[in-house]
Amino acid sequence: MSRAKVSRKSTAIDMTAMCDVAFLLLTFFILSAKPKVADPVKAEVPAASVQLEAIPETDFAIITVGEGKAFFQIEGDDVRKGTIEAMGETYGAKFTPEQIKTFQHVDNFGVPLNVLPSFLDLPSAQQSNYKQPGIPFDTTENNELAKWVLQARKANAALHNVEIKIAIRADAQTDYPLVNTIIKSLGKQKLDKFSLITSTKVAPKLK
Amino acid sequence: MAELDTSGGGKKGGGKVRTKKQSTRVDLTAMVDLAFLLITFFILTTTLQKPKAMALVMPDKDQKTNQQLPVAASRTLTLLLGSNHKFEWYIGETGKTPPTVEPNYNKKSLLDMLFEKSKEIQASTGKSMFVIIKPSDKSKYVDLVTVMDDLNIMGNDQRGIVDITAVELELLKRDGLN
Repeated sequence: MSRAKVSRKSTAIDMTAMCDVAFLLLTFFILSAKPKVADPVKAEVPAASVQLEAIPETDFAIITVGEGKAFFQIEGDDVRKGTIEAMGETYGAKFTPEQIKTFQHVDNFGVPLNVLPSFLDLPSAQQSNYKQPGIPFDTTENNELAKWVLQARKANAALHNVEIKIAIRADAQTDYPLVNTIIKSLGKQKLDKFSLITSTKVAPKLK
Repeated sequence: MAELDTSGGGKKGGGKVRTKKQSTRVDLTAMVDLAFLLITFFILTTTLQKPKAMALVMPDKDQKTNQQLPVAASRTLTLLLGSNHKFEWYIGETGKTPPTVEPNYNKKSLLDMLFEKSKEIQASTGKSMFVIIKPSDKSKYVDLVTVMDDLNIMGNDQRGIVDITAVELELLKRDGLN
């Protein structure tokens, strides 16, 4: 009688499934990541310990204030398109379809309306290097920034049927009158609620 | 690579030399290593950035809808924000109560002062404190946010941001805060 032999098993494991999972995860993380938008101006927001609201992804627009200049950013390609078309009509400026298409991909802009067409004609590499002078604004309700906000509100209401949320992202060391001017001029179009974008810090303890 | 030779030695002896059948299986270990390395890299380099926002509600400028309720001066605390992150405060009507200057403005002293006064006002009038924030032209945006944040910490939502008056500007000037 011969001895029963213990068959030697291979130590190789089938890696196919593991490889699939690994690449699935990799694909998911890469596709779900949203690249950070480079800001045209440095705006270090003040810190606050109590945050009452989260920032929505849609139906949202941000006014950035930094170095004394104002910038505007609208979320959503369709709202951007609606806004720039309405702005063109308001100021009698003609935008070509190519310029509108470019505008849909511009995140944060700060150029006066008369410079906007030539800014949009620039190749995208030059756009990011372009020194943007900021959108003009003053205390009246007919300044360019207020008009942009107004048209964005109208376009958003027409397209999504919800009121757009306006946030202010100002540099902490901005002089208060500058922020006040913007808030006052937007108050003239019955816009009284804003979100102030803040960074997070730990709350001090009450005695 | 990570595979042990388990074939158990080669066949001894002669015989025809046969071409060995090649396995179609590829060793995927290296590929898995690479994929996980990339996942690790992307996860570690990604910063989860979720900025938050603070609500700011300005008083309605429309005078026609005058539905404002009067607020007793005894429970009104006015904060005057001056230059260099300093502030003054007073309770009651403008000019009647001398303002208190807070020379060492920092977050802690403002919060403690507000908390103390809100308890005093609650005790004396039985109602909560109403805070009027009056930023001067020399104040910075961060001052306003700090004050708003302190009020949020206290849970005080009775507040208003109002334009500063000439009388109050004089007070700030006198105390060298403007």
